[in-house]
Amino acid sequence: MEDVFKIAGRKIRSRFMLGTGKFPSDGSMAEAIKASGAHIVTVALRRVDSGAGSGNLLSHIPAGRIVMPNTSGARNAAEAVRIARLARAAGAGDWIKIEAIPDNRHLLPDNLETIKATEVLAREGFVVMPYFNPDLADARRLRDAGAASLMPLGAPIGTNKGVTTRELIKVLVSELDLPVVVDAGLGRPSHAAEAMELGAAAVLVNTAVAVSGDPSGMAEAFALAVKAGRKAWLAGAGAARELAEASSPLTGFLR
Amino acid sequence: MSFHEVLRACSGLAGELIASSSEADVLRALDVESPDEAGFRALLSPAAVPSLEAMARRAGELTARHFGRTVSLYAPLYLGNYCENECVYCGFRRSAAMARRKLSYSEVEEEGRALAASGIRHVLLLTGESRVQTPVEYIGACAGILKERFGSVSVEVYPLEAAEYGELVRAGADGLTLYQETYDEALYARLHRAGPKRDFRYRLDAPERACRAGMRAVGVGALLGLADFRREVFFAGLHADYLQRACPAAEISVSLPRLRPQGAGFAPGACVSDRDLVQAMAALRLFLPRAGITVSTREPAELRRNLIGLGVTRMSAGSRTGVGGYAAAEKSPGQFSVADASGVEEVKAMIRGRGFHPVMKDWQRL
Repeated sequence: MEDVFKIAGRKIRSRFMLGTGKFPSDGSMAEAIKASGAHIVTVALRRVDSGAGSGNLLSHIPAGRIVMPNTSGARNAAEAVRIARLARAAGAGDWIKIEAIPDNRHLLPDNLETIKATEVLAREGFVVMPYFNPDLADARRLRDAGAASLMPLGAPIGTNKGVTTRELIKVLVSELDLPVVVDAGLGRPSHAAEAMELGAAAVLVNTAVAVSGDPSGMAEAFALAVKAGRKAWLAGAGAARELAEASSPLTGFLR
Repeated sequence: MSFHEVLRACSGLAGELIASSSEADVLRALDVESPDEAGFRALLSPAAVPSLEAMARRAGELTARHFGRTVSLYAPLYLGNYCENECVYCGFRRSAAMARRKLSYSEVEEEGRALAASGIRHVLLLTGESRVQTPVEYIGACAGILKERFGSVSVEVYPLEAAEYGELVRAGADGLTLYQETYDEALYARLHRAGPKRDFRYRLDAPERACRAGMRAVGVGALLGLADFRREVFFAGLHADYLQRACPAAEISVSLPRLRPQGAGFAPGACVSDRDLVQAMAALRLFLPRAGITVSTREPAELRRNLIGLGVTRMSAGSRTGVGGYAAAEKSPGQFSVADASGVEEVKAMIRGRGFHPVMKDWQRL
């Protein structure tokens, strides 16, 4: 059976999404996007300079991708909503990743403000993908507010610590019908594979690819890991157990 | 609570504690994920000098992780050089015999157009301290004129009341830079002989007032060369740490400006070598992984090139430090002499040459 991935009714070609910040050059970003096979790429509106010609980073994104602006820099719902509207007015489309971050020390999102922004923007017809602290009650609120997917953090942005929120992400995957896209903190391809093995629909990575010695090579490595993790999830990866389980069980005679 | 209380509480012993840090203290600070105040002191101490390479590597790695392989660029625009202060080290001080002027609004427009044409998208507006010649209303009006051309308009002006910072935010400014010059209160009194700037506490608390009034980005720093750099950088770091905790929504940065010649005939009280500067930058990065670090054209091109990858996140480029200077030739001497006279394109090429991306725009006015 074909493993179809859809967000807001649209078929998405890759379960690996890539952020476009932090790259050493526009060229290396473009090459990494190609190597990643990513269909959705995120762009911080604060970095877009529409008057800069070839200096405009949007002009370096390979064709055929869904460019999803994020609201990086927004500290609350009102600012996130304003950035989303500016992005739409600038021709960046209707997809928006909401980041409402009132803490520059840890870059942790504010769920309450994120829910408020989701409500407003979903009503205005945006395809809203909110970045949030994985919390079941808030995930349900985001769903009810009209989110098209959920983007829980694996670990704080830029920490490369992996899926430190794994138990909470497992709960989101099992309790909600929306696609769960694990975002932030994934520092190695094995982290991405782990997120996918937990049942995430996709992952979003930026730092680990952008600052590696070979962004294209790392992008490809992540893409492979995402595929491997997805296959493992579909195949039913074995659960970890506390005790060894004999392959010749003691209760075998009961057959 | 104010940073003044923090400063008062630890200023007495800070120098001594830094000096007495041991090599073991340094290794411990390098071993933990986030060094505390004692670790920061150790990293700034003479005992850390043999570990400078390890510190630099760690600083580079942390900077890449949090800021990417990028350096943001900005340029200063001096609006006026009228000043009521008598700072012994400054070229703009009240007693300095020089032509005083300020830009007219049409000149501001012209200067903005010329600066934007160079590719610069973040501008920093500066004035001397004169509430008569360059009042808050004037600074706000200039920010209002420039906000259409620039993604970010910051100010580096005399300290203001919270309501006045709010006024500037509403006019279009989103950032503030304000150096304390020195965190040594007694030395501060000796260096600032006359004028409103003599009020140490009013200046020290201004960055917090600005954060609370809604300034998005706030930068602090000490003018290195006035006093022992280790102690000064320690307090600048503590000040940034205090602001990050008190105002978590603000983006806090630290600058490490070294004294430059400017015709004031002032001899630096303490020599700060390139090695000292690198140690200061690396120690700051390890203590404050998410704080911006700014290096201006006060530093020569070759050193700036070498500092990329060590912790710096923001640089000025193509700077003029006299009034105006982008559209028309500067008609007044600069506040300090620029050591890196490279143009914007040269600075961009230099950054690319180091394998980093020069970022011209990293903010969107809302």
